[in-house]
Amino acid sequence: MLTRLFTALLLLAVPVLGVYTFVTAADHGWWMQPEVSTFGQDVDFLFYLILGMVTFFFVLTEMLLFWFVWRYSKKDSSKAVYTHGSHKLEMLWTAVPAGLLVLIAFFQMSTWAEMRFKGSFPEGEPFAHVWASQFDWRFQYPGADGEFGTMDDLESPYEFVVPVNQPVKFVLHSRDVIHSFSVPAFRLKQDAMPGLAIPVWFQAEEIGEYDLVCMELCGWGHYKMAGKVRVVSEEDYRAYMAGLQSEFMNTGMEG
Amino acid sequence: MSSTATTIQPGEGAPGTVHVHHDHHELNFVQKYVFSVDHKVIGIQFMLVGLVMFVVGGLLAMAIRWQLAWPGTEMPVLGQLLYPETGKAISPEFYTSLFTMHGTVMIFFVIIPLLTGAFGNYLIPLMIGAPDMAFPKLNMLGFWFMIPGLILACMSFTAEGGAASSGWTAYPPLSTLAQSNPGSRGGQTFWLMGLTFSGVSSMMGAVNYVTTIAKMRAPGMTLMRMPLTIWALLIAAILQLFALPVLTAASFMQLSDRVLHTGFFTPTNLVINQVNSEAAGAAAGGQPLLWQHLFWFYSHPAVYIMVLPAMGLASDIIAVHARKPIFGYKPMVYSMSAIAGLGFIVWGHHMFASGMNPAMGMTFMVATIMIALPSAVKVFNWLGTLWGARIQLTTPMLNAVGFVSMFIIGGLSGIWMAATPVDIYIHDTYIVVAHFHYVVFGGSVFAIFAGIYHWFPKMFGRLMNETLGKIHFVGTFVFTNCVFYMMHQLGLAGLMRRTADPYAYEVFHHLKPLNQFISISAFCLFAWQIFFVVNFFHSMFWGKRVGRNPWRATTLEWTAPSPPGHGNFDYQIEVKRGPYEYASAEVDEDFHMQAERVDG
Repeated sequence: MLTRLFTALLLLAVPVLGVYTFVTAADHGWWMQPEVSTFGQDVDFLFYLILGMVTFFFVLTEMLLFWFVWRYSKKDSSKAVYTHGSHKLEMLWTAVPAGLLVLIAFFQMSTWAEMRFKGSFPEGEPFAHVWASQFDWRFQYPGADGEFGTMDDLESPYEFVVPVNQPVKFVLHSRDVIHSFSVPAFRLKQDAMPGLAIPVWFQAEEIGEYDLVCMELCGWGHYKMAGKVRVVSEEDYRAYMAGLQSEFMNTGMEG
Repeated sequence: MSSTATTIQPGEGAPGTVHVHHDHHELNFVQKYVFSVDHKVIGIQFMLVGLVMFVVGGLLAMAIRWQLAWPGTEMPVLGQLLYPETGKAISPEFYTSLFTMHGTVMIFFVIIPLLTGAFGNYLIPLMIGAPDMAFPKLNMLGFWFMIPGLILACMSFTAEGGAASSGWTAYPPLSTLAQSNPGSRGGQTFWLMGLTFSGVSSMMGAVNYVTTIAKMRAPGMTLMRMPLTIWALLIAAILQLFALPVLTAASFMQLSDRVLHTGFFTPTNLVINQVNSEAAGAAAGGQPLLWQHLFWFYSHPAVYIMVLPAMGLASDIIAVHARKPIFGYKPMVYSMSAIAGLGFIVWGHHMFASGMNPAMGMTFMVATIMIALPSAVKVFNWLGTLWGARIQLTTPMLNAVGFVSMFIIGGLSGIWMAATPVDIYIHDTYIVVAHFHYVVFGGSVFAIFAGIYHWFPKMFGRLMNETLGKIHFVGTFVFTNCVFYMMHQLGLAGLMRRTADPYAYEVFHHLKPLNQFISISAFCLFAWQIFFVVNFFHSMFWGKRVGRNPWRATTLEWTAPSPPGHGNFDYQIEVKRGPYEYASAEVDEDFHMQAERVDG
């Protein structure tokens, strides 16, 4: 009897506390960071769409498990129901999830295409080349002539400054091992693969400072490979570039 | 011709189609228990080694949890022992070794040996009515190939620069360039050799399992009369046969990149600590993505190798203790086959963020989302089995039900990871850690516990203690959820895996109390296993003695004596019906044995 009660309570606690944890998670900051990029909304919509479906099946199956274990563990000297299954039920619980899963899969495609397919990338020259190495980030801008690989290229560590409400394209490189350029607030993550130059794009919608996190194990200092993406207004962006330019000229003179 | 013996008489019995024995000479202790060719002894050897390594892997996990809750602080008890030179605290370098070795030990030396090695060896001949494996000596060799594997893997810790530290995924160039990573100086070489031995060991097992199941089934044991455990082990063995050669080849390629300076995976012109890798002697011209494809081509099916047998064990245990036939036997078999088939075309879902062609990402996404379907079908069928049952809440049943409950969570959270755009946010965060621990710990480990409690009386002729077993289950279930459920929350907040100090970022500071809660729960989870250890060894010698069929189960192994002697069955049997004839109206009792005696 005690075993029966305990088991039933444990099985019931799984869906109840499971849902409760997710519902109250935001109060403790145990929830997704706020999104501030154009495809952030789409990603979050898809997340909640799947969350809805997953919660439904989670509660349904866990509650059935709890109920069956409670109900059918009662002392009963008669035999169990003798059945080897039901063709109809099998059809039902194959077809319905199959339909839902196909639907879920199709829903993802446009967002994925927008994030990654060549056709959705903004036109024109990239804003920057981003270089990852153990354990820091470097950002290379084209300088006054607007071209990369020339003498007036500008470079700055740690902080990537980009204009707000503009599609920003950059090219991601690694000098040594694999790193990953991840800005959780933009719902953006791309591995920097040594030997490859990978184009990436995003469009930030709010001015502010956002964490740039290395998300691929890159050695003992992986934990501290931090950076910032600073989203600024168009004017501030120009001012920043001008500042970088003059800093570069000064050090150029001295050096 | 026949013997009427029904008591335990090792080496005695009727010769016949299901019983061959030719060694009437006495075996000495070493032949019997150490270098044994008997599948039952080898199974138990795999089990004991797997359980010992479980403790090792668990200790590594405890150190990981200490670091995540109290990073850089002096570690009690173990600190003095392990890290005297870093002020008894875990250094970031050592931390990377810790999680690398935790994953490696748990996957290659705990879960796979326990599921396919222990249960595969012990149960296959008994459940299909064979006297032993098709290749007993190969079987023994398989076990003895795993031992150097785990010794080499552990020797990794003694290498210059410390143990392998590029993750259990061993992505190059971190794993191939000694300058880039302390663990890649010497430790990685030991790691690769250990992995190769363990792979070859599994390969020998897999050949044996497939052959035995194909050729040595007792008369009347048609494929569709095989218990689901056997189906699951067969499918897992086929997965190993196809996937392991790829891993073995890939680890040889990485080994040769490291030792012979070939250039499979290392690209041109890398600069590490201002030194050009080619100038430092490394080869060039390779492609790191190639390793990822090869590695995941094995390692994704490996996930199913780790969970399919667990599903099989749970199915059998649920049917026995629910006193009811499995609901939808054929759909269960088909869905396991579907999982295995689809399992080979989903490996790219580990690489959505890697820079792989995004069109491939889309293909892998569709395949991955669809693999949720057969898993869902299995869950519904377990629920169908429990409906209208007469459930007996024994310890094996509790663990099997726990398996279903945990597998639901692990299965459902996988859908986020399959959906490419959503995965971009959660890839390499703690939500992934939560997901695969729900499958491998909540799933496989609970099924392993269920299996040990269930077949222990067959292995040792004695029952495990039910009270201790139930205490063990309740604590394990509670703490498992405290540890792994809350990791979803860490992951949603964006916390990345494999970080030696989560609080290097201000945005994660508020997660510290949660991490401490998880760590304390993890320590309790680890300590709670003492109930299992005590129960296991106490019951082995002083447990309640039982006869052939203590659970009143139908399958063939319960026809044999407990423990079965050499050659397994002491009389000739023929299989008359399916494996799940519970509650049938044909007999008065609520179970109808699968096999009948035909010799007398």
